[in-house]
Amino acid sequence: MVLYPIADALHLVHGPLGCAAYTWDIRGALSSGPQLHRLSFSTDLREMDVIQGGEKKLAKALCQLIDLHHPKAAFVYSTCIVGVIGDDVEAVCRQVSALKGIPVLPVHSEGFKGTKRDGYRAACEALLQLVGTGSTEGISPVSVNILGDFNLAGEVWIIRDYFEKMGIEVVATITGDGRVDDIRRAHGAALNLVQCSGSMMHLAKQLQEKRGIPFKRVSYFGIEDMAQALYDTAGFFADKSPGIVGRTAALVSQELSTIMPQIAQYRRKLEGRKAAVYVGGAFKAFSLVRALRQLGMDTVMVGSQTGLREDYEELRELCDEGTIIVDDSNPLELSSFLQEKRVDLFIGGVKERPIAYKLGVGFCDHNHERKEPLAGFTGMLNFAREVYNTVASPVWRLTPRGAMRDRS
Amino acid sequence: MIAIEPLAATRNACKLCAPLGACLALRGVAGAVPFLHGSQGCATYIRRYLISHFREPVDIAVSGFSEATTVFGGGDNLRSGLNNLARQYHPELIGIATTCLPETIGEDVGHLLHDFHPEGDVPFRTVHVSTPSYRGTHVDGFHATVKALVEQLAQGGPVRGHINVFPGMVSPADLRYLKEVFADFGLEATLLPDYSETLDGPQLEEYQNIPAGGTPVESLRAMGRARVSLEMGRTMADAGTAAVSLESKFGVARRKLGWPVGVLESDRFFAALSELAGRPIPEKHAKERGRLVDSYVDAHKYVFGRRAVVFGEEDLVVGLTAFLAEIGVQPVLCASGGESGRLEEAVKAVAGDAVDGIVVKEGMDFATMGEMARGLAPDFLIGSSKGYSVARELDLPLIRVGFPIHDRIGGQRILHLGYRGAQQLFDAVTNTLIERAQERSPVGYSYQ
Repeated sequence: MVLYPIADALHLVHGPLGCAAYTWDIRGALSSGPQLHRLSFSTDLREMDVIQGGEKKLAKALCQLIDLHHPKAAFVYSTCIVGVIGDDVEAVCRQVSALKGIPVLPVHSEGFKGTKRDGYRAACEALLQLVGTGSTEGISPVSVNILGDFNLAGEVWIIRDYFEKMGIEVVATITGDGRVDDIRRAHGAALNLVQCSGSMMHLAKQLQEKRGIPFKRVSYFGIEDMAQALYDTAGFFADKSPGIVGRTAALVSQELSTIMPQIAQYRRKLEGRKAAVYVGGAFKAFSLVRALRQLGMDTVMVGSQTGLREDYEELRELCDEGTIIVDDSNPLELSSFLQEKRVDLFIGGVKERPIAYKLGVGFCDHNHERKEPLAGFTGMLNFAREVYNTVASPVWRLTPRGAMRDRS
Repeated sequence: MIAIEPLAATRNACKLCAPLGACLALRGVAGAVPFLHGSQGCATYIRRYLISHFREPVDIAVSGFSEATTVFGGGDNLRSGLNNLARQYHPELIGIATTCLPETIGEDVGHLLHDFHPEGDVPFRTVHVSTPSYRGTHVDGFHATVKALVEQLAQGGPVRGHINVFPGMVSPADLRYLKEVFADFGLEATLLPDYSETLDGPQLEEYQNIPAGGTPVESLRAMGRARVSLEMGRTMADAGTAAVSLESKFGVARRKLGWPVGVLESDRFFAALSELAGRPIPEKHAKERGRLVDSYVDAHKYVFGRRAVVFGEEDLVVGLTAFLAEIGVQPVLCASGGESGRLEEAVKAVAGDAVDGIVVKEGMDFATMGEMARGLAPDFLIGSSKGYSVARELDLPLIRVGFPIHDRIGGQRILHLGYRGAQQLFDAVTNTLIERAQERSPVGYSYQ
């Protein structure tokens, strides 16, 4: 799914219909140009295809769709069933690629072959087939790739703008608002900036190993982390680009002067309120805890689906004593936490929302379905506004939980 | 453009997979939890999809196939999954729906379950349904699950006075309405499934692992002793359904009715209930019909001759066609992602004078629908949220009904059935057309 935002590529899910249907245009990954990624293509395998094999249908589907939409590349996602019936997806991709003259890349994303993490790795492997196939001529020595931002609600545009103001060329955004030709020349960048470490770390590590491109882990969420990301990047280019540190400081202070007065207003209203955080990646959880602190709120529970042991140790250090830390939770566990702790706000993915709402707890979506940009300085202001709009809503008073709280 | 050769790929599907229908149906049984035997992803995506429509917690358990499971079989995963689920949720019933993977590796889930002995002290029943994603659509998975529940739980015995109702994939509001109508007729009815409360519940103080409501398992057992089964949906097959099974196994008479959408189909439905109950239509409903027809007269000019593209689940499409035809709207394209083979006949049976102007298409996807609609000059689309991309492309209003409603609130509260549902549909269609005319008007009339 992390490849989907590449807007001028064809994304074909090879499998029964369901696998593609549930993911049709459910993410707010925006494109400044082509919109091909928002269409959902499936080989819609039927019983006869499962018996006889789906290779012919796949080849036909690919050829027809390429003729119809003229994509710059095609990605073919293998689903569980394809892994079982043994279609040679690689061979079909090779044949179609030779026939149509564009890269046709298999993504080994069979569901039973692992977790989301393995799917991310498969996506990175597919990207590695593209990177290095384009010309790097004319790329500035002061240049970066933005990895692991999916341009939800236009976030990558905000970040890109900061770097450009600092005098840094952005070669490729992977994958938010991504373009095949940019990705092909991504090896020409001097530095990779990796957000969403879960999904794109493999790509960054491979590019470091094979092409000698260093990478930095960054987060664009929250004032502290956003500023840190810009300063780190400026520091990296300090030798090559005189004055970059000064330019960065000026940019940060200008952005802050715009948002801080309003943030302060929200903070006054939110001081002392309690939040719980449960998101996909641990790195995002760190940023959220810091950002909530910036708003004067306490995080009483924090967890992630894909965090590693060292991530949790870091979380433990970051959080206050008494904060509950959870790993890969389930609906029952989350609901019992929400009931035990007096929580004003729960930040999670769309699947957690109904649990919070059912218990009369405020909720903010910090997952791929968000519609307002939350990255960058502007994003922090949006975040503060959303948190305030949620926590301050009068509807909670009418819920059984709110009524109970008012009595106590 | 219209593709000359049919495309091998499905583009923007107008259907979902069978396990989703299974999960939805199982949510309508009291104390039941759906359990998918297959990959983690299946449960995650189906949960997300259902949650976005119903805006309620929807827990779906999953055995979670790994590479080893796929090679060696999923028996161990299934057993430990069931035991875990029983320990955490204390369900009365676990409905196991098999997805593509176990079906393809040839796993005999029925046999595995037969040999399964729960670890815990609390007994629970299992019901198994085969729903590979490559066979049929979500509607087929829904009906297959209803049938599996009946076949595996219903028992025979002396006939009691109650009736069975298989409403099909209607909204929680529709289910509540049906229950009200049956009660008003004094008919004791068992609806299967009944997710009117489980998927549209109130705020809670204490979280419920399994939401309250649903068809009680006890009532489900008694379905073999009912005097009649009402099976709703003109595109329902005449073989292999829950009602057919009850008829052949226990001799419960089967009566097939269309979805009561619009006046005429509702008249047929109410006439059937009147006959079953041996009493006239209750005054409350007769008055609703009266008001509905009165409003048809008041507003006939706004809707007559307008052209509509109708899409969605097959029985919904048939019902909407009946409704649109009776108010003078011409349905120009009646499309579904389903492939029952019975859509055309059912649409034509209810279309009245509009019949000659209708193109009926099964197995449609939204990309093809958009291409076809362009040449048919429709005034509006009526169907689920997923028609939005076509509506936007063609700059046409979309009246949202059915499932899923992902870009508006209240999908679970849309009432489609009966005179009351027709009233809401009619007001929505009329006001949408008036609003469009008002928006496009250079004058900006403030009265209509």
